[in-house]
Amino acid sequence: MRLAFILGEIGGGLRRNLSMVVSVILVTFVSLTFVGAAGMLQLQINQMKGFWYDKVQVAIFLCSDGATSASCATGPVTEEQQANLQTLLESAAVTQYVNDFTFESQDDAYRHFTEQFANSPIVDSVTPDQLPSSFRINMEDPEKYQVISEIFSSQPGVETVIDQRQLLEQLFTVMNGASLVAVLVAGVMIVCAILLIATTIRLSAFSRRRETGIMRLVGASKTVIQLPFILEGVIAAVVGAALASGTLWAVSKFFLGDYLSQQYPDTAFISPGQTLLLAPALLILGASLAGISSLLTLRKYLKV
Amino acid sequence: MKTATRQPVRAVDPESLRIVEGPGLYFPHHEFPCTGSRTGQLSRDRRVLRAMIRFENVTKVYDQKARPALDAINLEIDRGEFAFLVGASGSGKSTFLRLVLKEDRASSGAVYVAGQNVATISSWRVPRLRRGIGVVFQDFRLLPQKTVFANVAFAMQVIGKSRSVIRDTVPEVLKTVGLEGKEHRFPHELSGGEQQRVAIARAVVNRPGILLADEPTGNLDPTTSMGIMGVLDKINQNGTTVVMATHDDDIVNEMRKRVVELRNGVIIRDESKALYTSMIPVVGASRRLKDASGREDTAPPATPGSEGAR
Ligand SMILES: Nc1ncnc2c1ncn2[C@@H]1O[C@H](COP(=O)(O)OP(=O)(O)OP(=O)(O)O)[C@@H](O)[C@H]1O
Ligand SMILES: [Mg+2]
Repeated sequence: MRLAFILGEIGGGLRRNLSMVVSVILVTFVSLTFVGAAGMLQLQINQMKGFWYDKVQVAIFLCSDGATSASCATGPVTEEQQANLQTLLESAAVTQYVNDFTFESQDDAYRHFTEQFANSPIVDSVTPDQLPSSFRINMEDPEKYQVISEIFSSQPGVETVIDQRQLLEQLFTVMNGASLVAVLVAGVMIVCAILLIATTIRLSAFSRRRETGIMRLVGASKTVIQLPFILEGVIAAVVGAALASGTLWAVSKFFLGDYLSQQYPDTAFISPGQTLLLAPALLILGASLAGISSLLTLRKYLKV
Repeated sequence: MKTATRQPVRAVDPESLRIVEGPGLYFPHHEFPCTGSRTGQLSRDRRVLRAMIRFENVTKVYDQKARPALDAINLEIDRGEFAFLVGASGSGKSTFLRLVLKEDRASSGAVYVAGQNVATISSWRVPRLRRGIGVVFQDFRLLPQKTVFANVAFAMQVIGKSRSVIRDTVPEVLKTVGLEGKEHRFPHELSGGEQQRVAIARAVVNRPGILLADEPTGNLDPTTSMGIMGVLDKINQNGTTVVMATHDDDIVNEMRKRVVELRNGVIIRDESKALYTSMIPVVGASRRLKDASGREDTAPPATPGSEGAR
């Protein structure tokens, strides 16, 4: 009976305050979408770390025709220099840091280049001999990049030694920055959501002060008086959180899954399933936001 | 006169007994512990328990700069008693009622309801206290979008009474207050007197031991008011203690019940079977008279005179 009564009260409250309820739904929707976007970026970073860290290599680029650096002043790498480098790579001093290595010739480099930029006109202006050949080293311990760099940078015929992981780290820094921005926006939006929920609850309590006054007088418990208001806010916030989860799922399915992964086939994007892992967190966050802000509001406006 | 014929009958009135013992409307003294004997010298504890409402040296200060709304009040209202609170506007009548309900805390002194000091009731138990007290106001306070039946049922729904109990009880209470056949009207389809009857029905539907009425006839004409008084009297005869704040001298004079008069927060008169003003002395009916300070409190056990009045 009491449950039916509380449910009826909630229904009535939601209907009476429809426009406010809709705005609570929208604000929690937007704020939780930002929270979720930050979460998705973090998932994506982890995914890429896992995917790339065993693949990334230290690349020793050899001097080519187009090379401009000082170490290549003597011209393109010679066969002898290249053989020396290979011997050095196989020496005991180096092998302890190296899992294995491959040689990427200028033709290989050109092939990879044309694959990667298939849709771009830049391909037409590049010839194989402009691209450097390279040794690709898979490190035993990626942190030991510095050792390899020191050994090979000064060798004749080497243009430069590049740690691809550092390139990735730059990407991750950008992504971390983006997720920080998302978190900041989410923070502001969450403050909006809390204030809006508080206002909605206050209005709702005000418009029903007659009922609550009578409930108090006839001895209704605090729970029966306050629960409808709290649940009203919680329901609106949970609907907002569900919309946010749905939006994130749609983004990961249609934008990441169907569009971006076609554009960047080598990149591992998070799956829609992984995005849905965020949904429970968003729902709980939304519900507790609403619960806490309405509890605090009611303490002030619905004394028992 | 109504009062003269009613009182001797009251104890054995079969109608009221039926209501008291029947499965339906029963105003439970069992909500509150009922102890204490009516004879001999009562200990203070016993007196505390026997009184339905007991004020011990109660002072209520709203505003430090103004005079207290209630100033060292000592008063005892017994189970089943009917008492009027009279006095000029601002004399503290509503404040008295608010303290009984624990809507406000006494600044000093102790308020006992059914033997329990309300100051010791924790906030989550306050609803229990209020279930034992019905309240009626001058402005009815009905819910306009609910029917008569729904207004009364509301008081039962919110304390978790089952649908079937509500279906059985509400019509019975509506009958008691004289609203048979009007269950499905809305408040705006009722006269003021009928609306007040709905409010009374709502106040007593959970069978409280106490009914507090704050100027319940303030908005009604004299005839309608007397009808309302009839309802309150009937409820009182069913065993509910009734305390009514009023300015209506006709009603007080007609009813001849106990009258407690306040002035500036002090009890200046407390007489049983009294009139609205003390201009006309009521010989032999004086229960206890206090000096204007209200500090004297001998609180003797109920005299035979006042016993008869209940
Ligand atoms: N909430 C409050 N805050 C401050 N002062 C109050 C409050 N309630 C009542 N008072 C003051 O306490 C005094 C007693 O008020 P109370 O309402 O008890 O009088 P009353 O006898 O019920 O008057 P009336 O017959 O007009 O209803 C008044 O002086 C009033 O101004
Ligand atoms: Mg008043």
